[in-house]
Formats: sequence, C-alpha cells, structure tokens
Amino acid sequence: MGPGEDTDGVRERRRGRGSIVPLVLLGAIAAALGVALGLLIDWFPTPASTQADPIDTLWDVLLIASVPIFVLVQSVVLYCVWKFRMRPGEELQDGPPIHGNTRLEVVWTVIPAILILGLCVYAYSVLNDIEEAQAGERRINVVGQQFTWTFEYPRPDGEPIRSTQLYLEEGKPVRFFLRSEDVIHDFWVPAFRMKLDAVPGITTEYRVTPTKVGTYPVVCAELCGIGHAYMRQTAHVLSSEDYEAKMRELAEGGGGASEAPGQAGQGGGTGEEGESAAAGKQVFTSQGCGGCHALADAGAAGTTGPDLDQVLRDMDADQIREAIVDPNAEIAEGFGPNIMPGNYGDTIPPDQLDALVSYLEEVSR
Amino acid sequence: MTTTLRAPGLPRAGLFLLIGAGFSWLLLWVANGFSGDQVQWEGYLRVAMIASPLFALVGLGAFDYWFYWAAGRPTRPEDHSGHGARSWKDYFRVNTDHKVIGIQYVVTSFFFLFVGGLLAMLMRAELAQPGRQFVDANAFNGLFSVHASILIFLFIIPVFAGLANYVLPLMIGAPDMAFPRLNALSFWLLPIAGIMMLASFFAPGGSFATGWTAYAPLSTTAPVGQDFFTIGVQFAGASSIATALNFLVTIITMRAPGMSFFRMPLLVWANFSTSLLVVIATPFIAASQFFILLDRGLGFNFFNAANGGDVLMYQHVFWFYSHPAVYIMMLPGFGIVSEILAVKARKPIFGYRMMAFSLLAIVVLGFTVWAHHMFVSGMQEWIRIPMMVTTAVIAVPTGIKIFSWLATLWRGVLHLDTPMLFALGFLTMFTLGGISGVMLAMIPLTIHVSDTYFIVAHIHYVLFGGSLFTIFAGVYYWFPKMTGRMYDEKLGRLHFWVTFIFFNLTFAPMHLLGVEGMPRRVYDYAEEFAGLNLFISISSFILGLSTLVFAYNIVASWRGGPRAAANPWRALTLEWQVSSPPPIFNFDTVPTVVGGPYEYGVPGAVHGMFKGGARVEQPVGAAAEPARE
Repeated sequence: MGPGEDTDGVRERRRGRGSIVPLVLLGAIAAALGVALGLLIDWFPTPASTQADPIDTLWDVLLIASVPIFVLVQSVVLYCVWKFRMRPGEELQDGPPIHGNTRLEVVWTVIPAILILGLCVYAYSVLNDIEEAQAGERRINVVGQQFTWTFEYPRPDGEPIRSTQLYLEEGKPVRFFLRSEDVIHDFWVPAFRMKLDAVPGITTEYRVTPTKVGTYPVVCAELCGIGHAYMRQTAHVLSSEDYEAKMRELAEGGGGASEAPGQAGQGGGTGEEGESAAAGKQVFTSQGCGGCHALADAGAAGTTGPDLDQVLRDMDADQIREAIVDPNAEIAEGFGPNIMPGNYGDTIPPDQLDALVSYLEEVSR
Repeated sequence: MTTTLRAPGLPRAGLFLLIGAGFSWLLLWVANGFSGDQVQWEGYLRVAMIASPLFALVGLGAFDYWFYWAAGRPTRPEDHSGHGARSWKDYFRVNTDHKVIGIQYVVTSFFFLFVGGLLAMLMRAELAQPGRQFVDANAFNGLFSVHASILIFLFIIPVFAGLANYVLPLMIGAPDMAFPRLNALSFWLLPIAGIMMLASFFAPGGSFATGWTAYAPLSTTAPVGQDFFTIGVQFAGASSIATALNFLVTIITMRAPGMSFFRMPLLVWANFSTSLLVVIATPFIAASQFFILLDRGLGFNFFNAANGGDVLMYQHVFWFYSHPAVYIMMLPGFGIVSEILAVKARKPIFGYRMMAFSLLAIVVLGFTVWAHHMFVSGMQEWIRIPMMVTTAVIAVPTGIKIFSWLATLWRGVLHLDTPMLFALGFLTMFTLGGISGVMLAMIPLTIHVSDTYFIVAHIHYVLFGGSLFTIFAGVYYWFPKMTGRMYDEKLGRLHFWVTFIFFNLTFAPMHLLGVEGMPRRVYDYAEEFAGLNLFISISSFILGLSTLVFAYNIVASWRGGPRAAANPWRALTLEWQVSSPPPIFNFDTVPTVVGGPYEYGVPGAVHGMFKGGARVEQPVGAAAEPARE
C-alpha cells in the first residue's frame, strides 16, 4: 500500500465521521437547556418602575437570541474535539484541504446581520418607550457632590424643599434634573433600571415612573473619588398620603431645610443661639452631611461615617470644628482616613460653619 | 569606572537620569526667577518625569547613532555589533535585533502581567467581604487603576507587539524590521512607562486612583499620583506608535519575493490591521492626557466647567482611542489563533480572504463606535442610535472569523496540545465576551448595567478569555522557535485547565452581580452581594496561582528543556523553515514564496522556497508524500 492510498483511506474514514445529525441534535438540546437556565436565573433586583419591565423583557429577548449562538459555537468545538481529535496512528495525517465555501460564508454573514439589525430595531423601540414624556411629570433636582446626593423638590412659591433621602410618590411620573457640584457622579436606582451621569457644567435629565411602594438603594455608579463606594442613599416610594405628609414635614424643616442655608444665616445675624442652631441645621442638610452621618435631630440616617449622636457627645465646639475642617486629624474608631472630604473648611462659608458647629454642639448635648 | 560611564549602557543611563533631574531643577529655578516662586514641587516633578527618562534613553545609547549622524561625525561602522544576543547581558542594552527585542518585549510585559495580577489579588482580598479588610478606600481605588493601566499599556498591547516583533519578520522572509534602531527605542520606552506607573504608589496622596479612564474633572483635581499615569501613558503610547509604523513599513516593503498580500499569514494581516489602528488612534489618548496635564500643571481650563471647560470632551477624545484600543488588544490575538488552528487542525484556514477582509472591516468600524462607552454620560442623545447600530454590526465581521475558525476545525486532525487548548479556550470564551458585547450595544440594557460588574465581567471575557488566552497560546506555540527548547506538555495542559476553569468561576458570576445592581470600582458593597464576592475572590486566588505553573514551566524549560527541532509542529509558514532559534540574520538565503501559507492537506503544497531551488519541504507530512520525487 502506497502512502497516497493510505491518506485517501484515512480521509474516507474521517468523512464518514463528519455526520452533522448528532451535532444538530445535541446542539438543539443544549441550546434549549441554556435558554431555560438563563431565563430561570433571577437576574434583576425587584422592579419598581414602569421602565423596569421593558428593560427586563429586552434582557430576556437578548438571552433567547444569544444563548443558542453561544451554545452553537461550544457544541461545534466540543464535537470537533470529540470526533476529529488526532488518534494514535494519525500523527502525520492532514485534514482535507477545504479552502472555503462561498454559500456558507454568505449565510453566516447575512443571518447574524439580520438578527443584529432586528435586535437594534427592537432596542430602539424599547428606548423610546422608557424615555417617553409622561403627562403631569413632577420635577426633582438631583445634586451630586462628593460623596452624597441632595434632592430638591421645587415649589411654585419660594425655595425648593430639600432632602438627603429621595421621596417619590407611587405612580407619579418624575423627571430628574441632574447637576454636579464637583466631579462626575452617576445617579442610579437599580430597582428603576435607569441611570445617568451628573456632569459638572451641564444639566442632564431622565424620567422614571415609580410603581411600587418600598425603599430602594440609590447608588453612585461613576467613580467620584475616595468615598465613591459609600455614596449610597435610599429612595422611598410612598403612597399619595404618605408622600404629602412627608413633603409637609420636610417643608416645615423636620428633616430637611426648606430654605436656602444662607438666608437664615443672614436673618439670624444677631448670633443668638437658638436662631444660629436653626440655621446650622439647614447647613447640615444642604451640605449633605446626612448622606454619610446619622443625626436623629436632623432625621439623617447615613451609615458611611460615624453616628453623630454617638461621637459628638464628648466633644466641645472646637473639636467639632476641627472634625469638620480637618477630618483626618482624629478618626472615630472603625472608620478609615480620607473618606470624608477635607475641603469643607473652604467650601462652607465661615458664618455657616459657625452655625453648623453650634447646632451640632447643641443637639449632641 | 569612567569608561563604563562613558560607554552606552545602563550605568550611563543612570548617570543621565540624574543629569536629567538636575536639568529639570535648573529649568524650574529659572522659571521661578521669572515668576516669583510660583512653581511648586509638583511642577518640578512633572518636568522631571518628562525630561529625566529622555535623558536616560540618551544615556542608554538609544539615540547615539542619530546623534553622530546629525552632528556630521562619522557614524559607527555597520559591523552589526549591536545586533543579536550572545549572552544574557545583551538583553540589557540597546539591541537592534528584532528577535532580541521581541524577547525583551515579551519578558518585560510578562513581568508586568505578574505585577498586575498581584494587584488584582489584593483587590479580591479586600472585596472578599463587605467592609474594610486590608486597604483603605484610597489605596483600593489606586489598586484597580494601576491594575488596569499596567495590564493594558504594559502587558496586552506590548506583549502582542513583542510576539509579532519576533515572528513577523521571519514570517514574511525579512532579515529584520525596517527600522531596527527605532525598534530598540520603542522597547526601551516601555519600562519607563511601567516603572512610572508603579512608582505612583510612593507618591504623596497615593497612586493615581481615577481608573485607567482618568475621567476629568476627577483626574484634574487628583493628588500628584495622577501625573504618573498622565505622563507614563505618553511613553507607552509613543512606543506603540513607533512600533506600529515599523510594522507597517516592514510589512509593506520587506516581504520576500512572491509574498503577495494574499499569501501573507493571517498573523501578518492581523498586525497590519492593528498597526493601522495604533497609528490613527493612539495620538488621541496622547492628546487626552496632554489636556489633563495642561489642566493640572498650567491651570488650563479644558475640563473646568466653572471656567467654560467641557467635561464631556475628555470622554470623546479618550474613547476615540480607547475603543479602537480594544481591537488593538484583540486583532493580534486573532492572528495568533489563525496560525495555531490551521497548523493544529492540519487544514487550510477556511475562507482566508474573508478572514483578511473582516480584519479590515473591524478596523474601519472600530472608529465609528466610541460613544457606546458614553450611553449614560449625558452626551447628546441622538448620537446613541447610530453608535448602537455600528457597535452591533461589528459582531458581523467578528462572527465571520469565529465561524471560519469553526469550519477550519471541521474534519481536521486536531492535535490537542497546549497551544491548541488555549486557542480553543479562546474560541469559546471570546464568543461569550462578544455576545455580552452585543448585549451592551443595546442602549436600554446598557443604561441599567453600565458601570456595574457586568462591565467587569464583559471586559475580562474579552481581554482575559480573549486576549490573554491567545497570548498563552502564542507563547507556547512559538516557545520552541524563540528559545530552541520544548516546554513541558503536561504542565502546559495543567496550566490550561486550571486557568480555564477558574477563569470562568471568577468572572462568570460577575455578570449576575452587575445585573443585580453592584456598581464597579467600589471598595465596599451592600451585604446582599457578600456570598458571590467571597466565591469570586477564592476562585480568583486559584486563578492567580495557576500562572505560577506557567512561570515554572517557562523558566525550567528555557533553562533545561529538551532541544527543539526546527519545525516541531510541521508548519508551513517561513519562521519554521529556519533553525530554532533562527540564525542571527534569519535567513541564510532569501526565500521565494510560491503559495499560500496554510496549504495543509494539499498534496505537494509549498509556501516558500530557498534560492538555488532547494524547496522548503513540508516535512514528513503524509499529504506531501505523493509530491516527493
């Protein structure tokens, strides 16, 4: 037997093993299992907005479209490894010299292209769906700063209501207007599925209609510095009555300043303690201290930094001032350095800082 | 002593480094005289970081020839004394041999792989549980920033340049690269960038901690460690651009007779495409970091919104490089896999021309998709739609490649050794990364998952499961050629299986974490994510350990592995037709190319012949038998 005959013989055997039927069967079964597994996994956090459902459905569609492609590739690789692996005696054999097949190449260019363009059209319609303007939208300003969010609820008369936790009314569409005081932040409520950067110098916006009463985490999703990981707050979706009550409470100053911090300071220029403390409370809220610190009197429940009801007890005014202006000088037990911004001495005007210190001193007594 | 310091080399480089530092100080002293002591020590550091490395390169001898020539003095005679390596010391000087430079590149970048991997281990240790474990928030932000920068700019991009540096001139039948001195300079720019980025850990205020993306205005207001990135990237970028120009000229002008473009191996095509990307795109990241440097150092207001700057402009310029960079980090891997699959499946590459055209299609489309990184950045809304379509459409040429590789396997004779296992591992893992890429093109989904662990999972499936698997495949595949030794096959397989399994256990759960709502780049996370994070951390430690198997195998085999034959894989491409390792000028006689590079199974097929009629044999292949006289 000449070497050429031997080659042909081996080729013949290999061709016989190239049947495509078992591959198709196994592939189809694996694809079905893969899609089923993908759909069974509980991927998303609880949906709590009208935007959530279209996005979750898009995810399912993408899984159904892409898992079979992934499984197809895996099946072919595994099948080739199983069927066409080199066997003893084949060390010097070559495969058949197939250089290509135009029809096949057209097929695997055109079919993915159609699939992909179809997905794009669908995604485009979902995008229009989730960004559509709603009747009776309520405006809320979201202000990001290192490392807290402040939420402003404009009122037709006077200054907006402010809070460090987000309050929304169930079923009422909201339009968020995002600003940043310093670097880029990203306002994300995973339960609503929507996020957008808050960019210094411009105002960005997106819409959400909350659908489910409950509390949901608010997360900063864009690296914004040392305290980025801690820039987590809470969104409360309330029923109509609760929402009205909360807004009234906030307007009266029971947990958030209703007026600009500067105003009260100017009014209380006498330096009298009570007035100064009221101004201090507004500074506390407007500077977003409650984003990281808990303070019962101001209704703040942040957990990033020390609980002020605890740590301020033994501190006098000078120590409190130092802790604000130079937070690394002395660090409360259990907390790391460089988490609290060190520039509050520059960014808070002196009269407001005085008011803040005397307020903190008073409430901690 | 003085002769050592006067001759080009590392001692003189050290001396010139000090002179550079002194020069920078002098410059600042003069500037302070004019400005009334306006310049602070940070200013000195910035000038010194730019000037001293350039002085050190002069000291090293990277510019000697050009200086002699420019000064009209007699240039050194072309005795090729700076060419080739006779002892290990020749790897520590300016060397013009592309094979020496290739090994310098590969070894240096693998050093940075281990450093970058170690930084990842530290991160996973910190993330094993919620709350603080080992490092504080600032150090953590530094860890992931340096991890990404090192592995992108000092590992993946240069290791591909290194592998191609070694094999590409051999593959096209050239005696060396077109510009050997520029080639040497390109390499020596790299350690500067790497040392600078690592040195940032010693900067006051910690290393740069704004991610490898360095978004303004966080980066323009960051402590001085940021400058180590801003300036380090310039050196890495200059190195990339110079190498890419070198590749382009080499490929266009130095192909052996008969090596038409459509007889080039696909690795050459891949590096041709990659070099086009590098030459066009890399100036943009240089620009973006110069903007940052000017904002930081001279108080320009490019990105200071309060003074009329535009924050989003940074992201557009940055991503106009950094998206194509993803292909810069992937296309050479496509080339490596094409070589290995054809040789190890003993079949021609299926649809060779479409494979080449799809590379060019990716190059063109790669420039039209950058803003998909900015779907939630607050840029103008209309631009998202065209970017979504182009991003998704890139999957078509990529799909062509994947399906063609599968068809190449079909009915082949698969040699399932280490390079092949890594190539197949790439094929499966990269498919997953590509699919999650198509998902990420869909704007509504991206709105939810951008800046989450879903992105971390996606990028690691592309760059680890994709690029790194091809790098391992390539290193094993060309190890016999580069060192003249065989690696240990058993250890190679062990390395593959541990890497493959724990790679998936590490990165697959991150998809779920991201969709569930865990943001990326966080040092602490909500309690609900604790279980998966612990699992990921443990898997990642084993993944990290698997690289020790690789390191041991390479070091031990290089020192004492069995001698490698010239062509242990029975490959047709030209680099295998010369001895292992190749002669100092590659080919004793210039080869003539007479056929395609992958004609496996074609009776009597020949890719290249040597002058004088001595045909390059397809050694001992049964299919070649009938053609033998």
